[in-house]
Amino acid sequence: MGVIRRHGQFVIRVNPILCDGFGHCAELAPEIIHLDEWGYPVIDPEPIPLADVGALTSARYAERGCPRQALFIERIPEPGAR
Amino acid sequence: MIPPRTLPRLFAGAGERPNSLTQHLDIFGGNSRVEDPYAELQGSGLLGRGGAGFPTAKKVELLRTQRGHHKFVVVNAMEGEPAAHKDFRLLSTNPHLVLEGAEVLARLIGADRIAICVARDNPTLVNHVERAVHERARQNSRGPAIDLHTPPWRYIAGEESALVNWLDGRESLPQFRRHKPSILHIGRGAALVDNAETCANVALIARYGAQWFRSLGTSGHPGSTVVSITGAVVQPTVLEVNVGTTLRAILESARADTSPQAVLLGGYGGLWVGPEMLDAPYANDALGQAGLSIGAGIVVALPRQACGLVESHRVVRWMAHESARQCGPCAFGLPAIADDLAHVIRGGRDGVSARTRLEERCASVEGRGACRHPDGVIRFVRSALAVFSADLDHHLAGAPCAGARDRQRYLAVPSLEKEEELVWE
Repeated sequence: MGVIRRHGQFVIRVNPILCDGFGHCAELAPEIIHLDEWGYPVIDPEPIPLADVGALTSARYAERGCPRQALFIERIPEPGAR
Repeated sequence: MIPPRTLPRLFAGAGERPNSLTQHLDIFGGNSRVEDPYAELQGSGLLGRGGAGFPTAKKVELLRTQRGHHKFVVVNAMEGEPAAHKDFRLLSTNPHLVLEGAEVLARLIGADRIAICVARDNPTLVNHVERAVHERARQNSRGPAIDLHTPPWRYIAGEESALVNWLDGRESLPQFRRHKPSILHIGRGAALVDNAETCANVALIARYGAQWFRSLGTSGHPGSTVVSITGAVVQPTVLEVNVGTTLRAILESARADTSPQAVLLGGYGGLWVGPEMLDAPYANDALGQAGLSIGAGIVVALPRQACGLVESHRVVRWMAHESARQCGPCAFGLPAIADDLAHVIRGGRDGVSARTRLEERCASVEGRGACRHPDGVIRFVRSALAVFSADLDHHLAGAPCAGARDRQRYLAVPSLEKEEELVWE
């Protein structure tokens, strides 16, 4: 948790089968996740740089705070990086 | 031996009854095989015939590099689409061709079990396949064991992850996969899932080679394919055609209406196309430029007197009912889309707002299910709105076409078991 990575990007993804529409994620990470008319998360598919500490922190909150454990953060390594 | 450049291939020696093993060997020429079936399969460029059109050689390569002893070959003959009859016709004509193809695939990936899946709702077909499996087991006791499985019929039960999940002893529901393409497992063994028609083509390639296989079809989509034609036809027909013949020729040879209002390609998750596409070659590489594909080989001709929107609404409503209701966007979104479409058809001021709402909902639901079921429905709805746009304006103006008031319907849609279950809460 303590290391700030400057390179690479992440996206937050949802397992739609596990998701039951509690809506906690939209409250914990309002800048990334919105709810649709039925209360299920709509996630921006654009990758977010890992250097954006605020977004990453709230994404982690959303991941941890999901009652169904349906969210997960996926790291996208940069093509050039090792 | 079947000479190159001739049809029928898959339906060779078709008679009243399914061909027995001895008949099968007579028709296709004994037990002769090519030396290296894997190289021939790679050279053949065979595309999967189940709907997605994924190259079979790539799939086999993915499974070949997997470790483990107890791999599976799953033959998918579930035939979820109500308008499709191709697996039924294929397995009740040349069942041994399909089984032989599955054996070839099993040898290629090193599988020791073959599971052939047929919906239990078609007892005739189950009977034919059972007989063929027993016949094969009597003739040669070596080789991979073939088991017949009969899952209950549902639209989504034929989805590969649902099928594999059912074979693994759980419910037949689609599963979420983080990465695609992923390898499905039954127990600890990796499973290769292929459509029955794909298996039959693999058997032909293993007998006669890639050169022979490529003598029909186009360069990007070789071989022959089986098409089920329903709608404005004298009787529902299953034909084997050369890939690349025009749609008009296919409709002609099925004795269908050759000047239909529109044609549905690729089944109920497919797309409507207008009459201007009738002269396009029926092949994935040519149709792909227009964003189309042949899907699971379904062609539905819609006659001039029918209302395309009403027919689409019936299909969408049924597809919404067939959702597994696992994912929220699909369970709630598809019934909502079906309702919006009903409002659009009813027309008036409600209809105009329903149309914008429909487009918004299509955009919001797309790509948010674990399987491709909602995406298929949305593609279908969008193409219906585009192809029947003139008719749509009449509906919105409050003057629906004559076809909407008529009671005659042309698309085969199973009746809903419980109408009230559609809006699921």
